[in-house]
Amino acid sequence: MKKLPDKLGHFGPYGGRYISETLMPAVMELEGAYRKWGKGAEFKAEFAYYLREYVGRPTPLYHAQRLTKKAGGARIFLKREDLCHTGAHKINNTIGQILLARRMGKKRVIAETGAGQHGVAAATVAAMFGLPCEIYMGEDDIRRQSPNVFRMKLLGAKVTPVTSGSRTLKDAMNEALRDWVTNVHDTFYIIGTVAGPHPYPMMVRDFQSIIGVEARRQVKRLAGRLPDELVACVGGGSNAMGLFHAFLGDTKVRMTGVEAGGEGVSTGKHAASINGGRPGVLHGNMTYLLQDRWGQIIDTHSISAGLDYPGVGPEHAYLHDTGRVGYTVITDKEALEGFKALTLSEGIIPALESSHAVAYAVKAAKKMPKSAVMIVCLSGRGDKDLDTVSRAFNYKL
Amino acid sequence: MTAKDNHKTGTRAGNRINRVFRTLGERGGKALITFITAGDPDMAATKELMLTIAANGADIIELGIPFSDPMADGPTIQAASERSLKAGATPQQVIDLVAEVRKESEVPIVLFGYYNPIFQYGLKRFAKAASSAGADGVLVVDLPAEEAGEFKAELDRAGIDLIFLLTPTSNEGRIRVTVEKASGFIYFVSVTGVTGARAALSEKVPGYVRKVRRFTGLPIGVGFGISTPEQAKVVSSYADGVVVGSALVNVIASSDRAVLLKNAGAFVASLKTGMADKAVL
Repeated sequence: MKKLPDKLGHFGPYGGRYISETLMPAVMELEGAYRKWGKGAEFKAEFAYYLREYVGRPTPLYHAQRLTKKAGGARIFLKREDLCHTGAHKINNTIGQILLARRMGKKRVIAETGAGQHGVAAATVAAMFGLPCEIYMGEDDIRRQSPNVFRMKLLGAKVTPVTSGSRTLKDAMNEALRDWVTNVHDTFYIIGTVAGPHPYPMMVRDFQSIIGVEARRQVKRLAGRLPDELVACVGGGSNAMGLFHAFLGDTKVRMTGVEAGGEGVSTGKHAASINGGRPGVLHGNMTYLLQDRWGQIIDTHSISAGLDYPGVGPEHAYLHDTGRVGYTVITDKEALEGFKALTLSEGIIPALESSHAVAYAVKAAKKMPKSAVMIVCLSGRGDKDLDTVSRAFNYKL
Repeated sequence: MTAKDNHKTGTRAGNRINRVFRTLGERGGKALITFITAGDPDMAATKELMLTIAANGADIIELGIPFSDPMADGPTIQAASERSLKAGATPQQVIDLVAEVRKESEVPIVLFGYYNPIFQYGLKRFAKAASSAGADGVLVVDLPAEEAGEFKAELDRAGIDLIFLLTPTSNEGRIRVTVEKASGFIYFVSVTGVTGARAALSEKVPGYVRKVRRFTGLPIGVGFGISTPEQAKVVSSYADGVVVGSALVNVIASSDRAVLLKNAGAFVASLKTGMADKAVL
């Protein structure tokens, strides 16, 4: 299999660098730093150290027996990224990026966040290394993810509300890019997903690929063989790329990315960029985007703030076009059912993002033989979503 | 008009920018390049504004194609884009507007925007339509030279200049890669930051401009943050063109319809007056 991306960050027609000239030297410097240090033994050893001693890796691959029974088909294994320090896979990437930022001598870090998981992970590593940190977050997301806002503030980060556009993740990213353009000389932009200008999609994928590397080893030990299917939710798609990457060469392993179907793709109220969008350019890369006929980016909807983004990582766009990975949708309602199913059958409260993957897994496992093996990336835990979920179920907290 | 004719007029149209710089250069003058967002407050008003600012001394007009996610813009132009989109502006209307203005004025027009609306319109189709309408140049904020190959080829065929930004962060390597693809003029961004009026300009800009001149014979316009006749005057002492955007957009945003043209015209005239002052040249 050809190694992607190419030198300019292209995955087929996707990816690349579509950014203003001010940032070009910055992303080239970052690429140079990543190639110089990121691939070296010393960096890798330090990265591995923090993943082990600070994040708590390896995360378990847990055989969810009661969920398996409920689905009545394939054996379902959960890759427990929810057990990572800070409660989601996002920290794998922020550790990698802060180690680079330190080597590059950057004095300040910034990040965008949707659900707040990446913001918390960025604020966490900034606190850990004593760097000032500013997090951009859409005003609407601040409202629906308030526990994470408190966490970021407690960690010493400045949380800046973004009031432009749709006041969600895409606008937070616009504002973070504006900050970076202005403060590029001393600021490191920690992008939270496998999107943005090259080298971010490649670099974030590499940092997250530990998920799949571990899962591949674990499933061989636990099930005695490679899985039949991998399942992960896809907003920008970093947990999915993380899980899929180590298996891309295993041609018999089927992979499914689950997009946020919102109220249904046909209603227009969703965040399924691949299933409901078409190729275009936003935030530094070419990829599938939700847009109107004139190329204006349209408002997205998902019950899960972390999936509420009108684009998707360019490597996913490529894997979709080549057919290597299938991309499907799960609606808000189905995700809530997935949330309930996992909580009640396994005593694990998943993030609403991850609940999309769980909901699809239950449907798909049902149609598979009992001998089949499925791995679901449980990308994060659901504490941050209790407010949203209790409202959806009409519970009184 | 057939495709063949497009090609011919395109070639001629591309020369409007050259002609302005050449004519001004011959008498030691500098180009005043003004930016406004198309469709703010609406297309009819933008047409009148373009004619008015051209009559009041704008040598080149940058016409912003509004985009939902203007990442390189500060609050002023973000708000202008939002107003324009809310009023229903589309890239097609912007191109049609160019054609309307072209009937009444020979002012060079540079379409200024983000890549996605152009990409969705179709690169070839956009180049042809812009050429037929009488546009002279295109500047795409988020399309660096590395990704511009296909669009550049289409614009060349249509006889339209592709104008690039260079910035204080552009090192020699970046300057080389960029000037190789550039035509019309170089837009030098005076600050590391987003668009928007600023109180003071960096003292380093003249040095940057000298550095860029080592790599290209193209005229150099300097912009981002220039908001007063005094600043325009200073910049015109070392650059071939002075770009004013947000300050003019602010004048437009804060003017009632009845005084819109009068205020915009007066502001542009005041910028031009400072630049024509030979004492600083």
